[in-house]
Amino acid sequence: MKRRLFVSTLAVVLPLALSAVLLLYPARARSEGKSSATEVQIDNFSFGPETLTVPANSTVTWVNKDDVPHVIASNDGLFKSKALDTDDKYSFTFIKAGTYPYYCSVHPKMVGKIVVQ
Amino acid sequence: MTKKELFDPNPSGLIEHDHNKDGIDRRGFLKCMAWAGTGALCVMGGGVLKSYALGSKMGSEMKAHKMGQLSFVQISDSHMGFNKPANPDVIATLKAAVDKINALPEQPEFLLHTGDISHLSKPSEFDNVDQILKATNKEIFFVPGEHDVLNDDGAMFRERYGKNSKGQGWYSFDKNGVHFIGLVNVMNLKAGGLGTLGNEQLEWLEGDVKHMKPSMPIVVFAHIPLWSVYPQWGWGTNDSAQALSYLKKFGSVTVLNGHIHQTMQKVEGNVTFHTAFSTAFPQPAPGAPEGPGPMKVPAEHLRSVLGITDVNYVQGRHALGLVDSSLV
Repeated sequence: MKRRLFVSTLAVVLPLALSAVLLLYPARARSEGKSSATEVQIDNFSFGPETLTVPANSTVTWVNKDDVPHVIASNDGLFKSKALDTDDKYSFTFIKAGTYPYYCSVHPKMVGKIVVQ
Repeated sequence: MTKKELFDPNPSGLIEHDHNKDGIDRRGFLKCMAWAGTGALCVMGGGVLKSYALGSKMGSEMKAHKMGQLSFVQISDSHMGFNKPANPDVIATLKAAVDKINALPEQPEFLLHTGDISHLSKPSEFDNVDQILKATNKEIFFVPGEHDVLNDDGAMFRERYGKNSKGQGWYSFDKNGVHFIGLVNVMNLKAGGLGTLGNEQLEWLEGDVKHMKPSMPIVVFAHIPLWSVYPQWGWGTNDSAQALSYLKKFGSVTVLNGHIHQTMQKVEGNVTFHTAFSTAFPQPAPGAPEGPGPMKVPAEHLRSVLGITDVNYVQGRHALGLVDSSLV
């Protein structure tokens, strides 16, 4: 009884899982392809690109490529990361259109902005 | 000292200075910087800055030091937790700094640490530094660097090092007739700006020195330079001029900073500005094309660009003697 239930469950779950993988895989590949456009690299005490333009509802990810920690902070306090050590990432999703200036609260000479359209 | 020839085009003696001014010319200033990197003595007396290579003409100065009424050591920028190529072993170099301090012929009465004790504000990093510095058997006064206040606006720093401090961690104390002022300029930094002291701290400072006699020697210590070293890299403090305006009446003001991981000195009237070596890794000279990040030097040279600053005060002399010593 138990065994039959297990087998039938498998019969249902396996194709579902497989199709899920098939469905998700191209989606993941697509988002990976897109990710370079929503990524800001922190390198040599500067944000690259300094101004990043994205559509509304975009998630922007900052990656710290420096040997020292940085903190991403919006000028108006909307978002602030923890200290990002080397290769650490921080993401924030921008829902509304607008211009969002930010800086590194540890090295305030480092400034950048996200333009959401 | 081993790489002296790299830095020192004029090993014969005094650096050049301008007799008509209290300060020194740019050329003299740069030479002092260069000499400091190899272990040099810079003394401000009667408006003239003198510099001697360690071990050469400094016999008479050393005698003065022996009569000194107060001797202390500044260390800075330990960056415990840093493990990148610029120095994979910051524990070893901090221990070497402790050995250097313990080997000084005249033992300092206490230490000043001008911040960036830790690299990432982690309790284990602070613990490691505390453990290593214990071997000096000295009282230690700290001010925070930006790396010490990363995630909690300095709450942990103050809990550990600033129990008797005011506001965000500033304080003052007297030792042997010298007034010491520890300032905090690494918090509430604004986009595009430099180090910041803030109004609350400035008001406190004004009150702190208001009733003091102008003959009282003053030592100010803070992490980010209180003079404009290189604003493009954030090496300066927005409101330092106001802080210094409260100190104008004093005959001798010495400002000790860290943050830039290299020794520099500037004299302006009665104020001597000085930045210390890091014990962890060097940073490039201001404006260098590679930017301000940790600088990788050949491993065998690393300890010649890290070090400590020995400070001596002799009553009746105009200024404090500052001796930068590299770890080798």
